[in-house]
This record gives sequence, C-alpha cells and structure tokens, in this order.
Amino acid sequence: MKVFMSGNEAIARGAYECGVTFASGYPGTPSTEVIEEFSKYDGVYAEWSPNEKVAMEVGIGAALAGARALVVMKHVGVNVAADPLFTVSYTGTNGGLVIMTADDPSMHSSQNEQDNRNYARFAKIPMLEPSDSQEAKDYIGLAFDISEAFDTPVFLRTTTRVSHSKSIVKLGEPAPREDRTEIRYNPDKYVMVPAKARARRVEVEKRMIRLKEYAETFSENRIEMNDPDTGIITAGMTYNYAKDIYPDYSYLKLGMVYPLPAELIKEFASKVKKLFVIEELDPFLEEQIRSLGIEVTGKIIFPYTNEFDPGIIEAAMAGSSSESRQFSLPPIPARPPNLCPGCPHRGLFYVLGKFDCFVTGDIGCYTLSFMKPLEGLDSCVCMGASIGMAHGMSKALKEKGKGRVVAVIGDSTFIHSGITSLLNLAYNKSHAVVIICDNRTTAMTGMQEHPATGYTLQGDIAAQLDLVELGKTLGIRNVHVVDPFDMKTTRKIIKEELSTEGPSLIISQGPCVLLKKERKRKKKPLMIDTEKCTGCKLCLGLGCPPIAWKRFEDMKDITIPKKRKNQEGIAVIDTALCNGCNLCLQLCKAGAIMEVSGNE
Amino acid sequence: MSNSNGVRSILMVGVGGQGIIRASDILSAVLMKSGFDVKKSEVHGMAQRGGCVSSHVRYGKKVYSPLTRKGDVDVMLSFEKLETLRYLDYMRSSGVIIINEEEIYPPSVNLGEAPYPHNIEEIIRKYFNDIHFLNATKLALKEGDRRIANTIMLGALSPYLDIELDTWEDVFRTDFPPNVAEKNFSVFKMVRNQFSENKNLIMQ
Repeated sequence: MKVFMSGNEAIARGAYECGVTFASGYPGTPSTEVIEEFSKYDGVYAEWSPNEKVAMEVGIGAALAGARALVVMKHVGVNVAADPLFTVSYTGTNGGLVIMTADDPSMHSSQNEQDNRNYARFAKIPMLEPSDSQEAKDYIGLAFDISEAFDTPVFLRTTTRVSHSKSIVKLGEPAPREDRTEIRYNPDKYVMVPAKARARRVEVEKRMIRLKEYAETFSENRIEMNDPDTGIITAGMTYNYAKDIYPDYSYLKLGMVYPLPAELIKEFASKVKKLFVIEELDPFLEEQIRSLGIEVTGKIIFPYTNEFDPGIIEAAMAGSSSESRQFSLPPIPARPPNLCPGCPHRGLFYVLGKFDCFVTGDIGCYTLSFMKPLEGLDSCVCMGASIGMAHGMSKALKEKGKGRVVAVIGDSTFIHSGITSLLNLAYNKSHAVVIICDNRTTAMTGMQEHPATGYTLQGDIAAQLDLVELGKTLGIRNVHVVDPFDMKTTRKIIKEELSTEGPSLIISQGPCVLLKKERKRKKKPLMIDTEKCTGCKLCLGLGCPPIAWKRFEDMKDITIPKKRKNQEGIAVIDTALCNGCNLCLQLCKAGAIMEVSGNE
Repeated sequence: MSNSNGVRSILMVGVGGQGIIRASDILSAVLMKSGFDVKKSEVHGMAQRGGCVSSHVRYGKKVYSPLTRKGDVDVMLSFEKLETLRYLDYMRSSGVIIINEEEIYPPSVNLGEAPYPHNIEEIIRKYFNDIHFLNATKLALKEGDRRIANTIMLGALSPYLDIELDTWEDVFRTDFPPNVAEKNFSVFKMVRNQFSENKNLIMQ
C-alpha cells in the first residue's frame, strides 16, 4: 500500500515496522511528530520525557534491557543530551539504540543553525541521512540493524525539509514483536569508571574501523554514473535539489554521512572530470573528502548558511546570482507570527513591557512578545536560560539591579531546565523575580502534555507537578499565583515583588486558547462602539490580531463623529477573530469596547 | 507550458489559519490518485500564529525536489491578496495566478504604521496575463462556513488540472466526514463549473 507521508510520519512508521517498541523524546520543531505518530501504534511504549537528557538516558536504559529504543529530539536538544550521548558511545547497547536529530537549516523555528553531523564525528557514532520519506522509513530499520550488529548507538539525521515535506511511501508489514528484554549484568561494559572506560575507549576505535569497512559496501552509499564530465557527492535533501536541476550528471549519493566510504569516494572521483560536494551548513563531507587528497569544489561556491533549494544550487554552479525576474513592487509589510487572540501571555507581557526592567526570556510562544508593540522581553538564548541569566545579571548589577531584573519562562520549559536554576536563585540569594507563564501545555510545538498537565503522552492520568509547592520546596519564600487576564492585579503583584528583598516566584496561570477545552468554551467576542471611540490607540498596544486601526480618510462612505480635535481615526475589532479575553476592555478609557450582543 | 523534467509546480500562499495546508493535502491526494509522483512542502515558521504560509505541490512522472525554484511555478493559488506579491518571483512568466480577494492586515498595518497596498491587481497585471480573482471568503460565509474557503479555492484551481471529477469526489469522501464531504464537494463542483469556462488546461 502506498501512502503520502511526511518524513517524520515515515520514521514513526519505519520504527513500528522494524520492531521498535520503545521511544522517548522532548518536543521540538521539526522533530515532534515522530514521537506523536509512533505513540499511536499498537503495542508500543512512548513518552515525553521532561528534557532531552532524560529522554536519552531513558532510551539507554531501555536498550540496555534489550528493547529496540528510539530517542527523538531537535538539533539543539542533542546539546542537552550530549553528556550521556558521549559515554553511551563507549558502553554500546544490547537492543538497538537510534537517536534521531532533526536539524533546522534556515532556523525556521530555532535559535541557531548548528550542523549535528559534527556530533557523529565528535561522539564517534555512525550517522544515516535520508533524503525523502521513503528513505526515512527504510533508514530507521537499517539504523537499528547497524546498532545491533556493531554494538553502537546510531544517529538518524534529518533536516526540516526531510522531516516536514511529504512524499509517497510504500508501507511494509510490521515485524513480529518478540520480547528480548531481560536483566543482563556486564560491569566491564556498563560501569564507566576510568579503568573500564579506558578499555571501552579502545573498542570504540576498533568499531570505527569496522564501520568504515561497512560503509564501503553499505547499499545506501551508491554511485549513479551518468555524464562523466561532472560528478556530485551529496546526501539528504540536497540530493533531490541537485537531481531536480541536473538529472544528467553523475552522483555519489551517501546514505551514511559518517563514517565515510573512502575507497568508494576515490573510485567515484577517478571516474569524473570535475567533482562537486553539495551540502547545507558546514563543509562536513568536503573537509573529510579533501583529507583523502581529492580536489573538490564545495563551499567556495555554495553558501554556509540557510537551507538550499534547486535555485540556490543552480545559481552557485552557474557562478552568478539567480536570474529570477525583477518586479517593481511597493513595500510589502512583514507578517511575523503573533500571539493568538485570547492568548494568556498577552496581558502579562503588556504589563511587563511597562516596567523599567530587563526581562530575560526563554523558548516558547511568549518569546514572540519581544516584538512591537508589546516589547515585553529582552533576551532569548536557549531552553531554561532565563532564570540563570536573571540571577547572574542581578548579582553582577548589585544595587543597580534591585527591582529591575525579571525572568520569564513557560511551564514546559521550566520543567525542561528551569528547576535547577530556580533552586540556584534560592541557594545563592538572588533578587530577581521569576515568572512562570503557565499555560498548561507545551504550546509552541503543538500542545504536548508534560509533568504539570496531569496526563502522559499516551493519555494516562499522571502525577501532576504542583508549581507553587515546588517553588516553596526549592526555598523560594515569596510565591504568588496571578491571572494574566486581570492586568491590574498582575501589575500590582509584580510591582510588590520587584521591591521585595530576595527571590520571588510568580506563576501566571492562564490556559492556552488552542487547548481543546478552551476551543470549545463559548466565546463572547467584543466590538468597538464607533460613536464612543476617541482614537487614542491604547488598545492597539496589545498587538492583538483582531484589533485594527482605521483612518478616517480611508472610510469615505461612513461618517464618524470626531471626539477629539486631533483624532485621525478609530480602532475596530474583527469580531470573527476575537476570543473575548477582555484585555482591551480593561484598557479602554472611553468605555467604547463592549460585548457583541447575542443576536449578532 | 514546458518544464525541463516535465514536473509541474503549484504554489499555495496565504496566512496561517486559512486552511492552506489542508488544501494542499487534498490536492496532493488527488494528484497521487491520478497516478503522478507527488511531493509537497510547506515553508512557514509558526503558521498557527498568523505568519505567512506557502505550500509547494509538485507532480509529474518523477519528482525530486519538494521545493520549486523561483520562476518555475505554473499556478499560484493565493489565499490572501497581499501575499500574492510576496511570491511573484516564484512564477513563470506564462503562469496562472488565482487570487482570493480577502485582505488580512499584517500587524504593522493594524497598528497604522504601514499601508496595505491598494493597487495589488494593477501591479500584478503589469507582469502577468492569466490572473483571476474571486472572493472565496465571502462565498464561504454565504455558504455558512468560513472554513470552506479553501475548498472554494481548490474548485477555482481544478479546471487548470486535467483530473477527473470522480477523483476529486473520491478524495473529498475519504478525507472528510460524510456530511462535511457532501457540502464541500457540492461547493467545489459549483466553483469548478464557474471557472471551467474559457480556461486553457495547463496539464495535458
């Protein structure tokens, strides 16, 4: 049967087909759907772990017990998981262990553009890279076979374009499930104290030699001989971009990007006149190929940054900028993503934006509030960074920082990597104020459960973390809960805590409007009374999508009375988009905002 | 129309929440059912949150790239007027552009800091001949469901593709619950008939 699938759906399917029964991960674009889709298959266990390091350790445990375990994360997640990663390379596994890393060239939804192929070389772990959904499904099975044959973890690397584009996949029969788990003791292999680790270290090098030999005959490293004038070495999605433009050139398509098949590369190089290496991001293949003494053209013509497309490759090969048609267009206003209408973050960040504070931010929807008009957040580095940064800033600023440093962090992000930093605030006596933007879900990646929602990925009722009690247990004396839709009280509590000695924790509790329960809630949309609006623009300061500014001169058919001498227009609300959160109503001094009456 | 590899490219553009991804899924299913190789890819950051969305659908005997290079799009299905301008350089000069007349203001326009260009049609007509306007959103509201606008857009696109009505019907009936399928397919047929007059098929 043929199915149209994304790369991520295909990886989940491939894992199911090859007998994987165990998967762990933390949500992160573009990797999230793998765990979500896998969790729906019969007879599997899948979990959202609190962060990638935990997910990796969970996977290692499952593999040591003999299960085939899949661990899934986005590229920066591997940074979080790097500690166990480098040592599981020494211990090896029992059941297969495959780590999927989803890289994000162009940073469509990431804070950096790191090339995780470097982790393969760094941690001495083989890496496969599929180029479309069919390969994504096939390679996951191959990765588990290699893992078990060579007693090594294996990386499966995708990029956003492979994970999220869809293509046709031929489904296979799932392998029969057999339980190969049991407790196996082997301290020489699993107790990595120096004496044992030194012995395993040697085994890792031996394994690399065997893997290099295997790469020479690995079926997915293949030469496609065509026109011998031009040869292209490539892997992953760039193979498709190149084939789209140059179907008649010769190719060495690498399914395994680490370790490389040196002899196969030499053979291909000897068959073609001019050799190109086409790869996004780092010259990872190029540098290794050059070290074999082979002359290639690579990053001298191809960009280091951003994802490619067929046009970029064509322009680089032709040695000129792309010859697309030139149009004379008016300025096109940008359309950045925005907080949703009715978002609980909007009220909080409107309030925060008015304080003379440095607000250290974190990763989540609320990061969007750095933009105009809210301008409620001043930094964003990585998951969990806000609390540690606020503490460091407050300590360094001493008296100057008192009452002027605030950290904001989402509930899922706080659980991911904010808890230890909050403990540090209490332990090292900070003056910073920490605000957890608790919207009861992992919203940015599409509504995943986490330890404070009370449910697991597979729908079981779970122990529910109490953020207030946790804060107190960690040693924070001042803990408050606020409703961000009540801006007056929110402002008052933040103000009080900024002037209080010692660290404070404020939990801003408002459920995400995209949660199923919230979507079903009956909305009472608002409207603006054009007769009363004075055109003061206060409500526009919320940056709420349904509220728009209409200038009198653009409303030729309608006459609206001016309430002020210099009034230039009025605000209007698109009631179809309004969620009735009432924030604008709290701001309006003219009393011009009201509920749409029932019969409209 | 010609393309070096016989691959056709359709580009759907608009704003997060307009049902573009759903529409491109339906189109892909229809093309796959008609025996083509198909690849599809969206370019968006956080689409659910009001940003730009574009979805590339490419089909033919064998498709490699899920992304179209600039200057290679055969048909653009634009769900929002302004977004058409953002992607004009993806169009081949002989390409067809179908535009929903809905205007969704970007944040800077809402704040009164930037104007929403008012002569979009005039600009596009300077460079392209085969352009068509419809108000899918208004029509959808008239049909009683704003969400049906993407089906209306597919109805306007369908006369440009040589695909049996039965294939469309099959896909609507597998992709939607029965009563929703009925409504969507009848609206689809109505728009398809309107757009069928005087249109040259791009896919023979």
